[in-house]
Amino acid sequence: MMKWLHTMASSAWFYRFAARIVPWLTTLFVLLFLYGLYGGLITAPADYQQGDAFRIIYIHVPAAWMSLFIYVVMAIYGIIALVWRIKLAEVLLISSAPIGAAFTLLALVTGSLWGKPMWGTWWSWDARLTSELLLLFLYLGVLGLYAAIEDKRVASKAISVLTLVGVVNIPIIHYSVKWWNTLHQGSTVTLTDKPSMQIDMLIPLLVMAVAFKVYYAISLLIRAKAELIEREPNSKWVRKVIEEDNNE
Amino acid sequence: MSYFMIIRRESLVAFRNRHEALSPLLFFFLVCLLFPLAVGSSSKILDDISSGIIWTAILLATLMSLTHLFRKEYDDGTLELMMLSHHSLAVLVMIKLAAHWIINILPLIVLAPFIASALGMDLHIQGALLLTLFLGTPSLILIGATVATLTLVIPQNGMLLALLVLPLYVPVLIFGTSAVDAAASGLPTAGPLYMMAAILILSLTLTPFAIVSALKIGISQ
Amino acid sequence: MLLEVKQISCSRNYRSLFNDLSFNIESGQLLLVEGKNGCGKSTLLRILSGLRQPDTGTIHWNNSEIKQASKHYSQQLVWLGHRNGINESLTAKENLQIAASFIKSKVSNIGYILKRVGLKPYANTPVRQFSAGMKRRLALARLLLNNAILWILDEPQSALDKTGITLLEGMIEQHVRNGGMVIMSSHHDINFKSIPLGRLAL
Repeated sequence: MMKWLHTMASSAWFYRFAARIVPWLTTLFVLLFLYGLYGGLITAPADYQQGDAFRIIYIHVPAAWMSLFIYVVMAIYGIIALVWRIKLAEVLLISSAPIGAAFTLLALVTGSLWGKPMWGTWWSWDARLTSELLLLFLYLGVLGLYAAIEDKRVASKAISVLTLVGVVNIPIIHYSVKWWNTLHQGSTVTLTDKPSMQIDMLIPLLVMAVAFKVYYAISLLIRAKAELIEREPNSKWVRKVIEEDNNE
Repeated sequence: MSYFMIIRRESLVAFRNRHEALSPLLFFFLVCLLFPLAVGSSSKILDDISSGIIWTAILLATLMSLTHLFRKEYDDGTLELMMLSHHSLAVLVMIKLAAHWIINILPLIVLAPFIASALGMDLHIQGALLLTLFLGTPSLILIGATVATLTLVIPQNGMLLALLVLPLYVPVLIFGTSAVDAAASGLPTAGPLYMMAAILILSLTLTPFAIVSALKIGISQ
Repeated sequence: MLLEVKQISCSRNYRSLFNDLSFNIESGQLLLVEGKNGCGKSTLLRILSGLRQPDTGTIHWNNSEIKQASKHYSQQLVWLGHRNGINESLTAKENLQIAASFIKSKVSNIGYILKRVGLKPYANTPVRQFSAGMKRRLALARLLLNNAILWILDEPQSALDKTGITLLEGMIEQHVRNGGMVIMSSHHDINFKSIPLGRLAL
C-alpha cells in the first residue's frame, strides 16, 4: 500500500518538478547553444586541412556523442524498471527513445553533409557512420517493439530487456564495423579523423556537448510529462492538472 | 530431474513436423540462386562474393526460422506448463534452442558446401566456411531467440523481428565472411574466428537470462 | 493448506481490473470467480497460478510468499487455462506423459486416467484429429496426473458437451471432498450440491 502511494506520488511530483524546471533549462540551453555556435562558427580558427567545412563537427560530434549517451541512459532506466519495477523509469525509457533516434539521425545527416565537400560522396561507408546507422536501427527497433505491443506495461518491460540486449551489443557492433572498415577501406584517411584540436576549437565543442545534454533533459521532461498523463488518465493528480489548466 | 522426457518431446514434435524444416532450407537455396541470376554467372564475381552470399542467405533463413520459435508452445498453452514445471526454464529453453538448431540450421550447413561449389568456392576454403558456420549459427540462434521471445506477444512478428535482429547479427556476419575471405587470400584466419568464438561464449552465458526474462514477460498476458 | 491473497490489484492498459482484493481459501473449499467477459477473471487466475505478478499486493501459500512461477508453489497446483496445454502433433498418451514429466509425476496410470475422461480408445491418436470437446477433456485429464492440492481452472467447461460437463463436475466434487482446493472461473451457471462453495464477483 505504501509503495503504491509512493509511486503515485512520485508521478505527480515529477510532473510538477518537470513543469517548473523546463523554463530554466530552456534558458540555459539557448545560452549554451548560442555561445557554442558563435565559438564554432566564428572564433574557432579554420582547420588547415579541411578549411571551413570542418565546422560541421560542432553539430555532428555532439550529436553522435548524445546518440550513444542516450542509449546507455536508456539501458540504465531499463535496469531500474526491471529490477525495482519503478514506473517512472519506464516512462523515462520510452520518452528518451525518440530523442536518441533524432540525435542519431542528426549525426548521420551531418556526417553525410561533411562527407560531400571532403570526399565528393554523400555516403562513404566510414566505420563511425556505419555504426551510427546500425545504432539508428536499434533505436527504431525499440520504438517499433513498443508500438507493436498493445498493453503498454508489457511493452515497457519488453523494451527494457531489448535495450539491455542492445547496449551489450553496441561495443561488439562498433568494433566489428571498425574491423570491417579497415579490411575494405585500406589506408584511406577516414572521415572521422578529427582535426588536431587547439583549445579554441575544443571549447566550443565541449560547450555544444553540454548544450545538447541540456536539450535532451528539456525534451525528456516534456515528453515524460505527456507520457505520464497518458498512462494515468483517471488518477487524481491528472484530473487536478487538467482543472488547473482549464482555469488559467 | 528428468530432462530426458523433454528431449523426447522435442524430438517427437520435430519429427512429426519435419516438413517445417524444409522452409528455411528452400529459402536458403533460393536466395543463393538469386545472386547468380542477379549479378551474372561470371565466375570471378561470384567467387569474390560467395562467402557473403552464403552467409547472408543463412542469416536470412535463420531469421525466417525464428519467427515460429516458441510460437506453437505459446499458442497451445504448453509454454504456461513449461513455466510452471519443476524444470529450470533456462534448461528447457536451451534444449529447445538446441533442437531448433539441429532441425532448422544443420541442414543448411550440410547444403552449404554444395552451394559454395556452385558459386565457385574452392574446396579448401569451404573448410573455413563450415567452421565459421558452426561457430556463428549457434550465436545467431541465441541472439535471435532473445528477440523472438520478446515479440511472442505480437501475432505477426516477422518484419519487426527482422528489424530488431539484423543489427545484432552484423558482427557475426562481418567476422564470418572476413574469416572465409582471409582463408581465400591465404591470410591468417585466427583473428575473426576467435572473435566468433568469443561472441558465441558471450551469447551462451548471457542470453539464457534474457530469454527467460522475455518469456516471463510474454506469458503474463 | 491455506492460500491467502492480500490486497492485490491489477490493471490492463492503465484501466484498473481489480483493486485491493483480499480473500483466503482452505482445503476442502471451492471458490467460484464470476463476472462478465473482460472483467479480469482470467487475469486473476493467472496471478493466482503464479504466471503473472499482481501490480501490488502479495499472495501467500502456507504462510510463505509466492513470486512469479516460484517452484515450490507451482508444484502444488494444476493449471488449466483457456489454452489446453497440449501439442497437436503428439498423441493423447504422449501429451499426458509430457505433462506428467513437467510435474514430476509417475506415468503408470495414464491408461486409467484416459479411461476416466473417456478418451481410452484414442490413446494413440494424434490430438490434431480430436474435436474441441475431446481436446478439452484431454486437458482435464492433466488434473488427475498427480496429487496436487490446488486446481486453478479458467472456464473449464468451454467446448465441453453435457457429458463432459458432468464429468468435470464429478471430478471437482471428488477433489474437494478429498480435501483439495479448487478455484475456477465461469460465466455459466454452475451447480455443486454437496460441497462448500464460495463466490467472488468481479
